[in-house]
Amino acid sequence: MAPVTMLEGIRQAIFEEMDRDPAVVALGEDIGVYGGAFKVTEGLLAKFGPERVIDAPIAETAIVGAACGMSYLGLRPVVEMQFIDFIACCFNQVTNFVAKSHYRWGAPVPMVLRGPSGGGVHGGPFHSANPEMYFVHTPGLKVVYPSTAHDAKGLLKSAIRDNNPVLFFEHKFLYRRIKEELPEGEFTEPLGKAAVRREGRDLTIISYAAMMYPALEAAEELAKDGIEAEVIDLRTLLPLDRETIINSVKKTNKLLIVHEDTRTGGIAGEIAALVCEGAFEDLDGPIARVTALDTPTPYSPPLEEYFLPNASKIVAAARELARY
Amino acid sequence: MNHPLTREQQLDLYYYMQLNRQLEDRMVRLFRQNKIVGGLYSSLGQEAISVGTAYALEKRDWLAPMIRNIGALLVKGFKPRDIFTQHMAKYTSPTLGKDGTSHFGDLKVRHTVSPISMLGDLIPVMTGVAMAGRYLGQKIVTLTWIGDGGSSTGAFHEGLILAAQQRAALVLVLENNQWAYSTPVARQSPVRDLAERARGYGIQSRIVDGNDVLAVYDTTKGAVEEARAGRGPVLIEVKTMRMKGHAQHDPAEYVPKEMFEYWKARDPLTLFEKYLAENKIWDGKTKSEIDARIERELDVEQKFAEESPLPPPELAAQGVYCEEGCHTITADWQRSTKELTPPHCSVEAAWQVEGYGDLDKAAGIAKPASATGGNGAKSLKPVAKPPVKAAAKPLAKAPVKTEAAEPAAPRVPFGRGPKDKAFRRASQDKAGRR
Repeated sequence: MAPVTMLEGIRQAIFEEMDRDPAVVALGEDIGVYGGAFKVTEGLLAKFGPERVIDAPIAETAIVGAACGMSYLGLRPVVEMQFIDFIACCFNQVTNFVAKSHYRWGAPVPMVLRGPSGGGVHGGPFHSANPEMYFVHTPGLKVVYPSTAHDAKGLLKSAIRDNNPVLFFEHKFLYRRIKEELPEGEFTEPLGKAAVRREGRDLTIISYAAMMYPALEAAEELAKDGIEAEVIDLRTLLPLDRETIINSVKKTNKLLIVHEDTRTGGIAGEIAALVCEGAFEDLDGPIARVTALDTPTPYSPPLEEYFLPNASKIVAAARELARY
Repeated sequence: MNHPLTREQQLDLYYYMQLNRQLEDRMVRLFRQNKIVGGLYSSLGQEAISVGTAYALEKRDWLAPMIRNIGALLVKGFKPRDIFTQHMAKYTSPTLGKDGTSHFGDLKVRHTVSPISMLGDLIPVMTGVAMAGRYLGQKIVTLTWIGDGGSSTGAFHEGLILAAQQRAALVLVLENNQWAYSTPVARQSPVRDLAERARGYGIQSRIVDGNDVLAVYDTTKGAVEEARAGRGPVLIEVKTMRMKGHAQHDPAEYVPKEMFEYWKARDPLTLFEKYLAENKIWDGKTKSEIDARIERELDVEQKFAEESPLPPPELAAQGVYCEEGCHTITADWQRSTKELTPPHCSVEAAWQVEGYGDLDKAAGIAKPASATGGNGAKSLKPVAKPPVKAAAKPLAKAPVKTEAAEPAAPRVPFGRGPKDKAFRRASQDKAGRR
């Protein structure tokens, strides 16, 4: 099999799940004839028809609300946010209607809300967001943020089959920049399980999505100095894979967390608290973090570069931590 | 009346309206005894709307109540104990004490979606239920309510835009009870009849006296038929009056006394009782029998609620997610899934656009026959303003009028169901293609 992009992995997941189950339908803006702003749904309308691939007006609250209503009748809607930034427009519908439904009155909402997220593509303040933590802070949702084509496909298939609302973040920087061969035939990846991307003994670097690549690059750089970093890809942010995190920290005794999301209230804080609760005695140094600045995502390339984490910032922080 | 009711059905309407009122009356007493732990919202004076609209639905249809639609829940088959226990936060309540008031539902039997406190969000959700119903071939209609206040929300407008575009089988009942908490309707919107908004979405609308249960039923029944026939959503504005404050804590001193007096004289139960007597549909004996039955039922239901335990504290941690084995999610297919499976569902994915969006043929743009610019190009003149109507008179009498069915919504070709011809079926006559 030829290597495919992450975007192609996502496409395959949607096509295969719609093929497998007529209860799976797709909704979003420009997803039909046009095939989606990033062409993720290209060919979907031709294959599955307008009853299953619904071009909606620019009304995010209505789209998410309708998907919720459809799920009450046993359908499994896959909703595209044209850019994940626009999820802010339907925040109430997601956090109050969808997320609380099962807890409040036992009505499951098996829907997926997916969309392109993240920076590094000069999208500016409204097309670069990483809004995952609003939703990680919302009980009732699951939040997935893959970094590889394989995971994107396997996790999206699991998300569509899950009985809970899943927010599926697709890093647009990775859409066409990474490629890998996918296994032939059916496969899924479980939600809620992190992956160890690189084994190491000296410190643990935890990251996810696009930041996995600078994190792995930094680990190679550190290896030249004899510092062996273990690199963990969270893959799912809610629920967090506490076990993998704690086990790694118990092994390496040092923890560096890297995320593209802004610093304050980012998931690094939550992971630091988890580690303090579960492996405080095992820590040999302070928990460190490399994150984006606490600002909106700026547009101009030098500003955005300054704003985002990168391999050299990670190396510097890791060296500092390794001194303990 | 276009949809006549039998004697039994009319007595049913009375039963539910009176049950609604007596139940809420008891809850006011429970509230004063501190047995209702949260807020209590009254639907006094609005019972005809909850009961009359819900009564127009069939068993398979779906509804989603607002906070003042206790009566609709009773019609849909919920028991007074469900309402009592919800308000009293008991373990025996439909939500096990996790939520209160009318915030509960039932997906399987009573086809009721639980509301949330944020207004308007139910409209897109019930649009989605209608879309799914059509997709599954169920021929259902969905109905929900919104207040005059809630009709200002973005979700209201987005929901109606989607419902109109999808021609969803949705009936939206806009309960204009004249007060959004403390703000009168005239201070919310310069539009006198909120039903006028329907025109902007290209959907049908009706206006009806919300204190006349038969008119409410009749109008809703007609709207439900329209929606079920695939003619798109219908907005019904019901004119009524909120006879209490926003909730129990609110004495509503901002409402002019005369306004309460005017509407008290139009109390929906009093009016209906008078109608039943004048038309000899019942006598004093029947009334007292029904009233006694309600008392007996409510005694039992209230006792059950009062004797019910509060939930165990650790329940708070449970049920956030639908875990393994918690629910089996299946759809009730009433059509063959074959139609929705490739290649049967496949289409030629290209827009079939009628006209070219040109202004010459577009309706509603005023242009005199000789309107050409100096260079020979056609010039457009702004749309002539319609004459301004005289300022709306105060609501001297709740009007009852039914607008003629408006022309169907402009064709927007997607997701409209099996009859959608906007896309060519791929399997059809390939030779005939361009």
